[in-house]
Amino acid sequence: MSYVEDEYLMLSGIQHYYFCKRQWGLIHIDQQWAENSYTAEGQQLHKKADDPYIKEKRKDMFISRAIHVSSSSLGLSGILDVVEFYKDKNGISFQGKKGKWQPYIVEYKRGQPKKDKRDVIQLVAEVMCLEETLDCQISNSYLFYHSVNKKIKIDITKELRDLVHDFSAKMHFYYQHKKVPDAEFFKNCRLCSLYDICMPRMNKRPKNIDNYIENAIYSEADVCENY
Amino acid sequence: MRKLLNTLYITQEDYYLSRERDNIVIKQDGKIVNRFPYRIIENIICFSYLGTSPSLVQLCNENNISLSFLTPTGKFCGRFVGMTNGNVLLRREQYRIADDDIRSIEYAKRSLLAKISSSRKYVLRFKRDHSGKIDESLFNNVDKELLKSIELIKQVKDKDSLRGIEGNAANTYFRVFNDFVLVNKDVFQFNGRTKRPPLDCVNAMLSFGYSLLTNECQSALETVGLDSYVGFFHTDRPGRASMALDLVEEFRSYIVDRFVFSLINKKQVSNKHFDIKENGSVFLNDKGRSIFIKEWQNRKHTEVVHPFINEKVKLMLLPYVQAQLMAKAIRDDLPSYPPFMA
Repeated sequence: MSYVEDEYLMLSGIQHYYFCKRQWGLIHIDQQWAENSYTAEGQQLHKKADDPYIKEKRKDMFISRAIHVSSSSLGLSGILDVVEFYKDKNGISFQGKKGKWQPYIVEYKRGQPKKDKRDVIQLVAEVMCLEETLDCQISNSYLFYHSVNKKIKIDITKELRDLVHDFSAKMHFYYQHKKVPDAEFFKNCRLCSLYDICMPRMNKRPKNIDNYIENAIYSEADVCENY
Repeated sequence: MRKLLNTLYITQEDYYLSRERDNIVIKQDGKIVNRFPYRIIENIICFSYLGTSPSLVQLCNENNISLSFLTPTGKFCGRFVGMTNGNVLLRREQYRIADDDIRSIEYAKRSLLAKISSSRKYVLRFKRDHSGKIDESLFNNVDKELLKSIELIKQVKDKDSLRGIEGNAANTYFRVFNDFVLVNKDVFQFNGRTKRPPLDCVNAMLSFGYSLLTNECQSALETVGLDSYVGFFHTDRPGRASMALDLVEEFRSYIVDRFVFSLINKKQVSNKHFDIKENGSVFLNDKGRSIFIKEWQNRKHTEVVHPFINEKVKLMLLPYVQAQLMAKAIRDDLPSYPPFMA
């Protein structure tokens, strides 16, 4: 499978899709967005993402920021915060740079490591995009968690790559059909900034609308009480 | 539910709005009268002729604060809307429905069922609460006729007939308006609905309330990404926010009429709050307008349980909830549109 550039979806969407298909659909298909404390915090952190905690350049490494990457086989594109390049004889060469260099992504996250794989999936998708963009092989990369100040090494396994392929194919399916996935009410819902837009509980137990209108007309009292 | 931020009403005709860093600054003759951080405001409504500085307009645009201009008597002049929200596919489907009489009449019928049902609920409620003080046979007749209109709407097949039934129902409902007034009957005499211009105090307040409500409905629709100018019942007319007017129908009685008669019956307004022009038109004056708006703001925060979504909602978020339900019905998330049933 190969996608043309016009069909590319946002790379960052894969973490939304992992967290909740519907959230992803509301943001990326329906173009709805709402801020809450979590998203605001994330943006604040993003502003500071270039904490110069490592020197930009050393003899055997350099850092590149805001690299645009894409993958035609996944149909995803995006911008990476931080990519570190280490001198490595198995790496790749660049114009104007001596020697060969091996890239590693460092993905910055607020808070601490999650119980689920949403950050890992995003990192793997980023790696796959970077591999296609630079034509290289990357076997591991890093997640950096801000509040615990911890860098975690992630092995980019075949299993994880298959999962990313599977997700991106499903995202493209929904996108082509312009269909926002249905809501499933689960415990994550309360954390979601789109809760009010999504109305997951209403979708879970749909009312019969004709009955709703009829009942309201023929009940003597106000249906909508207390005012 | 969504957080209800503040609406800033500029009621003095000679106030000017400007910006100072993150603040909205109100000035009179170049002197600062008041200032508010923009973060606590989601709506600015100006009943003033002087307007705002371009830099404030920019601040509003960047932060999704809607900015509306009305004349001091509450006639709508225009709104500044920032970047359009939402999805082009949603709006396109809205246009398709509007172009299709068979599909759009279903929405229109539902809105009007809700409208007439809610008028009728108010009549019934008033009869219950004030039996003895009112002409019960009049109330009973009006109730019966409204119920008849409801039955007619269910069977109607074309929009012209629908308009006819709606007009009749409105006139029927207005017949009890004089009886909704329990005090100061000489001041608050209602002689049928007059709009251009309002010719009595009740009409003056109704018009003012409907224009505030229309504004809220327009904001709500645009927030969810619908086009407030393309309606299903009200047809296109340049400059008319037809979809907002469709939505207003569901709330006229429940939000505005009840509010206006409670202002009268609690004696919060009296003849000194109105000005009468030479041509006989009647308007709320400065004092009257500020009482109206102050009470309106209080009323906004009343919580009710929305009968369809079964959640507690502040009164003035009801247009927003309905706009969402409308968007859901249009994009097929719901099998049809559930109107607001009072």
